[in-house]
Amino acid sequence: MFVYHAKLTGCRTEVLSKHKHNEPLPETVLRVKALESLLVEKGLVDPAALDELIDTYETRIGPRNGAKVVARAWVDPAYRDRLLSDASAAIAEFGFTGRQGEDMVVVENTPQVHNMVVCTLCSCYPWPVLGLPPVWYKSAPYRARVVAEPRAVLAEFGYTLADDVEIRVWDSTAEVRYLVLPMRPAGTQDLDEELLAELVTRDAMIGTGLPRSPRA
Amino acid sequence: MNGAHDLGGMHGFGPINREPDEPVFHAEWERRAFAITLAMGAHGAWNLDMSRYARERMEPGEYLRTSYYEHWLFGLQLLLTEKGFLSEAEIEQRMRDIADETNAGSES
Repeated sequence: MFVYHAKLTGCRTEVLSKHKHNEPLPETVLRVKALESLLVEKGLVDPAALDELIDTYETRIGPRNGAKVVARAWVDPAYRDRLLSDASAAIAEFGFTGRQGEDMVVVENTPQVHNMVVCTLCSCYPWPVLGLPPVWYKSAPYRARVVAEPRAVLAEFGYTLADDVEIRVWDSTAEVRYLVLPMRPAGTQDLDEELLAELVTRDAMIGTGLPRSPRA
Repeated sequence: MNGAHDLGGMHGFGPINREPDEPVFHAEWERRAFAITLAMGAHGAWNLDMSRYARERMEPGEYLRTSYYEHWLFGLQLLLTEKGFLSEAEIEQRMRDIADETNAGSES
């Protein structure tokens, strides 16, 4: 049983996951160079600002942000409540704000419900807490299949849930971005927030995985 | 609008291919296409819905054959030309110029 929350507006993405990403047509490379050179010449973009954007998304924003949010929710019930009632504001308490995370919704896993996130039309993803999405998230197979056969997809990622666990699949939109709050693993009562954050994987926050177990 | 991008529930795409230790970008042109798109978006000449719609106007067969940042690049060029920032002719000319310079450089 699963719930397919249809989106009203979509976004965009990668399609054939077999496509070789490191072998673009020479024309593609030329086109990017031409656009950059013309836009710089006209004063419409600043090369230093482009470098800064690339550095930000390549090295500073990523799933370690989301892991801190999840670990805080595990140790601080008041924070968890704020996160579930107004995720954007609770996430902003860490300073994680900006593009593609303006309207966040956090969905909580329980023993009865497992949540998974997709963007069927494109690649919508909560950038401030997870960074840029991996290619598989943007690929046709994931977008096509997770809404139709989430258990089979989860099994492909190496996880099997009991039949009585309901799976809810959330289709992100250009406006609303979802983050999964996974369940705190057993045997972690002695771990502090920082150590707990190390157990939180990117896939656990997309719902295609679960947090690591301690000592695993 | 439906189209090749509206993939939810479609059959036949096969397994999900994951890449261990996947980098954020797979090539320098992806980095530049990403950053130029964000930087031009900041001018406010279009919004996110317009960017998405531009990418969705790629011919469906081509959409399915090309990669994520190729979709971005297609949408970017469409918006740049539609909004009058650049003309197709000057883009094509600049591409020829860069190709010529590169060839000249490799021969010298």
